[in-house]
Amino acid sequence: MGDILGLVAKRLGLGLVTLLVVSVLIFFAVELLPGDIAQAVLGQMATEETLARLREELGLERPAVVRYFDWLAGAVTGDFGTSLIDGEPVTAKITDRFVSTLFLAAYAAVIAVPFAITLGIVVALLRNSIFDRVANVVTLTSISSPEFFLGYILILYLAVKWSMFPAIASISSGMTFLELLERTFLPALTLVLVVTAHMMRMTRAAIINLLASPYIEMARLKGAPPWKVIVRHALPNAWAPIINVVALNLAYLVTGVVLVEVVFVYPGIGQLLVDAVAKRDFPIVQACCLIFAATFILLNLAADVGAILTNPRLRHPK
Amino acid sequence: MSMFVIGYYAALIAASCIAAYFQNRQAFMLLFSLTLVSFVLGIVGGVPALQGVTVFAGILALAAGTSYAFREFLIQVSRPAIAKELRTAPLTAAFGMFVIFTYAIAGIFAPWIAPYGQSEVIASAFEPPNEDMLLGADQLGRDMFSRIVYGARNSVGLALLATILAFMIGALAGLYSAVKGGWLDQLSGRVADVIMSVPSLIFALLMLSIFGTYLWVIVLVVAIIYSPRVFRLTRAVAGNVVVMDYVEAAKLRGEGDWHLIRKEILPNSTAPLIAEFGLEFCFVFLLIAGLSFLGLGIQPPTADWGSMVRENATLISFGDITPLIPAAAIALLTVAVNFVVDWMLFRSSGLKEQ
Repeated sequence: MGDILGLVAKRLGLGLVTLLVVSVLIFFAVELLPGDIAQAVLGQMATEETLARLREELGLERPAVVRYFDWLAGAVTGDFGTSLIDGEPVTAKITDRFVSTLFLAAYAAVIAVPFAITLGIVVALLRNSIFDRVANVVTLTSISSPEFFLGYILILYLAVKWSMFPAIASISSGMTFLELLERTFLPALTLVLVVTAHMMRMTRAAIINLLASPYIEMARLKGAPPWKVIVRHALPNAWAPIINVVALNLAYLVTGVVLVEVVFVYPGIGQLLVDAVAKRDFPIVQACCLIFAATFILLNLAADVGAILTNPRLRHPK
Repeated sequence: MSMFVIGYYAALIAASCIAAYFQNRQAFMLLFSLTLVSFVLGIVGGVPALQGVTVFAGILALAAGTSYAFREFLIQVSRPAIAKELRTAPLTAAFGMFVIFTYAIAGIFAPWIAPYGQSEVIASAFEPPNEDMLLGADQLGRDMFSRIVYGARNSVGLALLATILAFMIGALAGLYSAVKGGWLDQLSGRVADVIMSVPSLIFALLMLSIFGTYLWVIVLVVAIIYSPRVFRLTRAVAGNVVVMDYVEAAKLRGEGDWHLIRKEILPNSTAPLIAEFGLEFCFVFLLIAGLSFLGLGIQPPTADWGSMVRENATLISFGDITPLIPAAAIALLTVAVNFVVDWMLFRSSGLKEQ
């Protein structure tokens, strides 16, 4: 067991370092601004006095390194500073929206993961048949379509023409859970379509890779029944690639969610980020980017740790 | 039961029987499962659903026919060595090539093909299609069709530029890392790790919020975001070539790094790099389309597919499919490139799944 814990600890440490480096990148990218934040907010026409006042308010006279550690300490304790546009605390703006985004992503994941893995395994077992080819073309098309294309197709048919679901995912706190599920069905379905295609292809590749290995052939040759080959020989080794596929695709959801939120006017953190970018509200942009990047890194980390933990070769050391 | 429904099932069952008679197992399975699915579809959706299936099959047949003819055409016009390769191309790859060819023509000859200029206002807002305007007018009264044709030049051109830049950065860094090794290799590897650990769209949004949405910023930022992919592939491919004896021999001859890269390593690692170029283009194209859709890409009045979807999105709530056309144009090109890349990867790797 010592081996595994060591490996996991090493991987966690690496993830933490990556997160730190990314936070440095996010903070100091803003320092690259021609002029500084005050100049960018107030524009070229600002007088020296107003500039000086804003600089003092933002604490810009301190060196960047000091401000970085301030910002990082704040971020760790959940304080991301105040918005440049309306002066409200960023954390208050983000919290609710972040929960909404997580809800949407989880909704999509709960549908997509079992669906995609089952289909991926089926297609892998039926490989090179006509169904496999059709599935290949369909998933490739789905991957190649921009998220907003799929989203608008769903709106056009399911919301406008057949009016089965609401086109705009407006949610409020007073809704029951079922209402919430109905309102957010279309954005979730869009995400499901994109992620399922990715996940299916990756599962298929992983399983085919596995079925080609010598020990599977050995199991077949010694006369084990097909279900036993799958359950006893293939599955224990398949967990690692499958967990990897799931985590990587959940990480992919993180990016996909931004475009989908904009299409369906869903009040999530992605929409907030896009608005903040257009208004150049840097504290919000930095906070959102840090949250997205952290989620992304965390899920990648989970993929690696999951792969280590489920690897039978590591569980039973020689 | 209308004549259409009777004809529909008769045709399907007859085709299944013919396939079964000629022992074509796959075609039979496909046709017969389509028949079974049609029973369910016919009960649930009625005649319109069956008509939809027919139209879809017709479009598919048309696409297959076009691809077949285009492949034959390519085989006829190209040199024997290339023609031999082309003969092995599946229909999907031929379809991809046909679509890329069409887009290239539309992009290059846009001013001659488009009936109006891309920012020319010729009608009132959202005017429906008529004999002057194939697809109607957009939110400012500009001709939709002309803007889509110009979009082939602007959107694809920008994505191509960014891809080429990403490729040059990534491939050069990868080749130099492979040749030099040591701290340069380590450093560029770590930089690539960091860039890849931030989601690409988020990275792009961060950079665009800082530097503003200028074209050169978009090209540069997108190129930097996607260069690590090329870097890793080139580094891996070149890493295998660098240890070959002929590279060692060239080193002993006293050739410089640039010579090694250009004359010894590059010619022996082109095949995977070409396929990667196609994949890379898809990623870049989708990212730029996403950015334009968010209003942060190519700025108006330049015609661009992503922003056209956004600007005309209100039409969707009236059941009009016009805003979907530029989005479909994006999807079609990406699918086409993916089809061609699929074939090239299959060919270059000699990957034969058992």
